[in-house]
Amino acid sequence: MSIDAATLALGKDLIGLETLSAAQIQFILDTAEPFKEVSERAIKKVPALRGKTIVNLFFESSTRTRISFEFAEKRLSADTVNVATQVSSVSKGETLVDTARNLEAMRIDMVVIRHGSSGAAKFLGDRIASNVINAGDGKHEHPTQALLDLLTLRDKFGRIDGLKVAICGDILHSRVARSNIWGLTKLGAEVGVCGPPSLLPRNIESLGVTILPRIEDAIEWADALNILRLQLERMQAGFIPSLREYNRVFGVTRERLARAPKDLVILHPGPMNRGVEIDSDVADGEHSVILPQVTNGVAVRMAVLYLLAGGTGAVAAAARGEAA
Amino acid sequence: MPSRSPLLDERAIARTLARMAVEIVERCHGTEGLLLVGIQRRGVELSERMGRLIEGAEGVQIPLGKLDITLYRDDLQTVGVGPVVGETKLPGSLDGRTVVIVDDVLHTGRTIRAALDELADFGRPRRILLCVLVDRGGRELPIQPDIAGRTVLVGPGERVDVFVSELDGRDSVELARVD
Repeated sequence: MSIDAATLALGKDLIGLETLSAAQIQFILDTAEPFKEVSERAIKKVPALRGKTIVNLFFESSTRTRISFEFAEKRLSADTVNVATQVSSVSKGETLVDTARNLEAMRIDMVVIRHGSSGAAKFLGDRIASNVINAGDGKHEHPTQALLDLLTLRDKFGRIDGLKVAICGDILHSRVARSNIWGLTKLGAEVGVCGPPSLLPRNIESLGVTILPRIEDAIEWADALNILRLQLERMQAGFIPSLREYNRVFGVTRERLARAPKDLVILHPGPMNRGVEIDSDVADGEHSVILPQVTNGVAVRMAVLYLLAGGTGAVAAAARGEAA
Repeated sequence: MPSRSPLLDERAIARTLARMAVEIVERCHGTEGLLLVGIQRRGVELSERMGRLIEGAEGVQIPLGKLDITLYRDDLQTVGVGPVVGETKLPGSLDGRTVVIVDDVLHTGRTIRAALDELADFGRPRRILLCVLVDRGGRELPIQPDIAGRTVLVGPGERVDVFVSELDGRDSVELARVD
């Protein structure tokens, strides 16, 4: 088994899937496979990242993603610190630079960052020698979420290439949608997007996706639906008339799925608004892979942490030397 | 291209494995509680073959496991890009079992150190033995095999390569000069 280290190495940071090659994405998914087993052991821990210090720096609230990263870090034996900071009205750029300098001074090895501003992860990664993993930056990317979606689809279908995946809902505010579009198209899937015109970004077709105007179109076309949450906290204006109206027109219901030509696999990155974008009997139905997504999230994050930590020891040391 | 000289051919490997299979049963006073654990990669194939040999001689099926020690390595920081992690699969708890670690080549002993650490996370075996096809010397840790197919003293610039038909299309052990 020969691997071409130079082309597969992820570099110092994981900012998004846009800049990764198909081979790199496959490599992360392949690396995640053996990590699934670690979480099934009685002692759910391996020493791979022993002695590494990781800061989970969350400027936006998150439960699932932060816990998932924390489990991944702990199961690799890293030491972790959680910093939850609600963004204040002060200049975000200044705050981040300051934070970065303080973290560096404490000799950390990795930062997992979630931030409300698009580009925050890259901004941080460009300024510190530690590895930076993007856990969601504004409307830009959420690469580990897309990777766990890809892994779950690959588990279910045995392949990504040739699949038709419809991403439904609030595409405009969704970093999950963007990362999924990059990852799916790079691995050869066809991507459709479905949502109210007010929640679709302009020129979304330029990313190589098909617009499916009605949820019925998406259900007829797709092999799998990735149903996104309405991000009410990011909506400053009246993007939709009401939640009830949204559910009536775009909600994924059992009745709508019953008219599909085949059984659709249902994904949702969570947290779900039951009765809005997805009905309970769909979320809990036999074709839902929403909980396997959560399980795979830990494995994918372990793989990313492992690959970044193992692959960049020399690079990080060199960067530190330059900075000194 | 490294120059190669053969150490064991297909028939010699078969004889060696047959002898080691007998020795395992002897050393363990039977097959009660016996578990063969192959180290990824080629230890897995060797353990499967010896499992079949023991089954043929003793008439009982021997449980097999496989162990990937990558996440227990002590050199993860220096090996460059994260090495590919293989499958680890052990049948149930190790408590009270007699575990025979099977690997192709014993060199520095660091792989076996990692394997012992990993096995400890799966339970408390009654006893652990080490069985290797080739002991090539060059130990960096106080680890010795209980059962060795061949003992070869390997000089600087030389390497022992083991090929198994399941992965490589042929059975062969060769001494390669890499300088």
